This record gives sequence, structure tokens and C-alpha cells, in this order.
Amino acid sequence: MELRHSNGESNMTNKTVLHAKHLESGAKMVDFYGWDMPINYGSQIEEHHAVRTNAGMFDVSHMTIVDVQGTDAQAFLRRLVINDVAKLDVAGRALYTGMCDEQGGVIDDLIVYYFTSTDYRLVVNSATREKDLAWINSQAADFDVTITERPEYAMIAVQGPQAKAKVATLLNAEQTAAVDGMKPFFSAQAGDLFIATTGYTGESGYEIALPQEQAADLWQQLLDAGVAPCGLGARDTLRLEAGMNLYGLDMDETVSPLAANMAWTIAWDDESRDFIGREVLATQRAEGSQPKLVGLVMEAKGVLRTGLKVITEHGEGVITSGTFSPTLGYSIAMARVPRAVKLEDTVQVEMRKKQVDVKVIKPSFVRNGKKAF
Amino acid sequence: MSNIPSELKYATSHEWVRNEGDGTATIGISEHAQELLGDMVFVELPDVGDEISVGDDVAVAESVKAASDIYAPVSGEVIAVNEDLEDSPELVNSDAFGDGWMFKVKLDDASELDALLDAEGYQNVVDDE
Repeated sequence: MELRHSNGESNMTNKTVLHAKHLESGAKMVDFYGWDMPINYGSQIEEHHAVRTNAGMFDVSHMTIVDVQGTDAQAFLRRLVINDVAKLDVAGRALYTGMCDEQGGVIDDLIVYYFTSTDYRLVVNSATREKDLAWINSQAADFDVTITERPEYAMIAVQGPQAKAKVATLLNAEQTAAVDGMKPFFSAQAGDLFIATTGYTGESGYEIALPQEQAADLWQQLLDAGVAPCGLGARDTLRLEAGMNLYGLDMDETVSPLAANMAWTIAWDDESRDFIGREVLATQRAEGSQPKLVGLVMEAKGVLRTGLKVITEHGEGVITSGTFSPTLGYSIAMARVPRAVKLEDTVQVEMRKKQVDVKVIKPSFVRNGKKAF
Repeated sequence: MSNIPSELKYATSHEWVRNEGDGTATIGISEHAQELLGDMVFVELPDVGDEISVGDDVAVAESVKAASDIYAPVSGEVIAVNEDLEDSPELVNSDAFGDGWMFKVKLDDASELDALLDAEGYQNVVDDE
């Protein structure tokens, strides 16, 4: 067999503040866009199941937190991102959206947290950090805003049906009150902890940002509470089962949000809102010309992989990300196919020199531990 | 560092071979190989009765990460396959040199075993990667 090594040596490797904790737990580390990150701590499938059935945690300290503050913060974000932050009217509420260039290509996807109309927090991807910051800063020039990266924060995502209960055992009274009854896609500053009910797994749970110097202690307390450490491998199978996009695979600057299952994140209602890319996206929308991102399931043996060709009666498509679904026990994928392809259609994927039938579904495979289609 | 049993022979392509001493041999993939491939999700095995020759791609180990061909390290007739891998491909991860065996071959030519690496030779292959 031929073995490909993914963990190439790099002399520019960043380490999160939890790096030593990962090694203590026996993590296998890999290079992830310049960060030395855990891919698994033994078995990525066991880690996956821990999140679906109990509670797991991920070090996401490599992700980029950017605070946007100032008189024009709302006006600036209404231009910068394709969703409309004016929809955010309750302090702490979060919004998933994309940030496009003038050609309507996706620069990144991100979550915007709202505190007041002069105070927002963005969490953007780590792999796109530099170009995101450059873009945000260049677009901010004409606005009265301050853009502040917050590298002094570490971030831990605790996810799974028991995640909130396990975190609750570690919170003090003030923190407990701050998160009490918090709905999905909200956030609260609870003492030193910024706690959000967001995630990338399709399970309930928290994403917790906190001062770096406190991160190792919280990680250890979560371990002691029975939360399983989970690596990037499980993070990928979990997000794919949940039908969540991964930037760089499912979309990038060459892809319209309309072709990336992100149409729902574009707010068109206020016709006077001139968000970046609006003109191009409006034309694409009117023409109905963009391909679309769908889910594929294959119950036969084998694993759908990124880059495989999809053959449909309406033309060819491509798998943007594919994996074995540990929850379902067979392979799932997201694929970009011609718009005329319908849900429930059977299409073919070319794999290992054979054409295999796969079914087209909405790209959402597992939610809250259960099959979602 | 992964375990490399001294009683086995190895191919540079990471298959192991156990000479059963009765003209048959058992074949699997090394612990090092399973470590790099990650969690196994499917193993596609040859059929009993297949005639295989050194270097043929005779099986596929499909992990969460990649599908990898497994090459025949010796020639002969396949006389048994590990049917437990159908339902429990993770045996390749948990016990690569034992319960994770893949197939058994009736050897055409036992001297082919001499061309394979011993544990030390295979350790060098692993170290060089």
C-alpha cells in the first residue's frame, strides 16, 4: 500500500496554548494551515460518537476572533457581509453569514455576535486569517470603526447532548445565571468566559472563548468531567454529517454563495443595503444560472471523496467534501451539481474506475444524534 | 514508536507476512500503516480461490482518510479471508498483527519469503519515511 504523510515538517508552525494538553492526552498532531493541531487522540470514530452520544471538546483556539466597534460598526457590517446584521436586535444574538468580494465570490464564512449596534464580534476561519484581516481592514477605511483582533483568547468548543450539563458543573453562580435558558445562536459574557451556543457539529453545546492563561485549566476540568478530547478528524465528520460547509473545500473565492448552500444567509429585503457583491449575486439569482450544493448518500461499500466526479443527466458535478459517516455507517458527501438536479434523484459517482449510484438529498445528514433525512 | 514483531516478514509497501510453516502464509498490514491510515471503515478482501502474484493489488483498506491498495507480498492461492473484517474493520486498527489479519495464501514458492524484509529491514523503511 502507499501511505501518504500529511504531517509535513514546517518551521513556521503555530501552537495553541493547549498544545501541551493535547500531547498529554496522546494526540496525533498534524499541520493545519500552519498550526500544529490534534487530528485525533487515538480513534476519530470514537471521538465522533462521543460528541453524538455524550460530550466532546475541540481546541479551536486557532480560529480568529475580531472585534468590530465604533459609531459605524453596524453600517460597516451591513456592507461587509451578505446577511443583514440589522436583524440582530437582542444583545448576544449570533448570525451565520458570508463575506464576499465584488465578484460575489466567498472570501470566508463567519459568525457575527451582536452586543450593541456599535459593538460586534466576528469569528472567522484560521486558514483565511490573513486575507480576511486585510480585506476587513481595507473595507473599513471609510467607516468610523475599530477592528481589533483578539489573539489573547483561547477557544474551546464543548459539543454533544451532555455538553451543557457537563460545563454547568464547572460554572460559578454568576456564570450559571449568564447562560441560563440561552437559546441556540446566542452568546453571553460570563465573567472571564465568553460563552456562545454555537458550534460545528449539529449537536447542542457551547463555544467558549477565554483568556489564554485560563484555557489549560478549563480543558483539564472538562477532561475530569468526562468530556472527550476530539481532534480535527472528528470535527470534519461531525460538521459534514451536520451539512455544514468547510471553507476551502465547499466554497472559496471562485464560488458564489448561491452555489454553496448559502443563499439563506443572504438578506435581500432592504433594497437600499449595498452589501459587497450584491450586484453580481442579484444577477446570478435572477438568472438561476448557478450550480447548487446538495448532499449525496451512498449505502454501498466505499467512501465518497473530495474531487470525485458526479455524473447527472443535466451535466457533471463534483464532490466538494466526502467522508464515511460514523453515525449512519455509510458514506455521505456534499457535491456541487447543475441546478436542474432534483432532491431524491439518483446520480452516479465515478470511483475506483466504476460508476456507483448515489442518492441526492438536502445537505443535512445527522442532527441531534439522529438521521436527518 | 509502532511495534514490529520479529517473527514476521514485511514488504516495503507495509504488508506483513507470517510463514505458518505448512506451506501457507497469513497476510495483513503493519501497525505503522494502520496508524497512518487512521480508523478503518471498510476492508475489501480477495475471494477464496483467487490466484494472486507478487505485486498484484488484491485488497483495499479504506479508512476515514483514504482508500489504499494492498499488494500481494507473495504468490499463491487465497485459501481464507478474515470475514470478521466485514463487520469489524476496526480490528485492523486495534490488532494489526493479530485479529486484524486479512487473508491466507497457499504459497506457490516458499522462497519468495526470503525476498521480503525482516523486522529490522522494515524498521529502516519506516524510519526513512
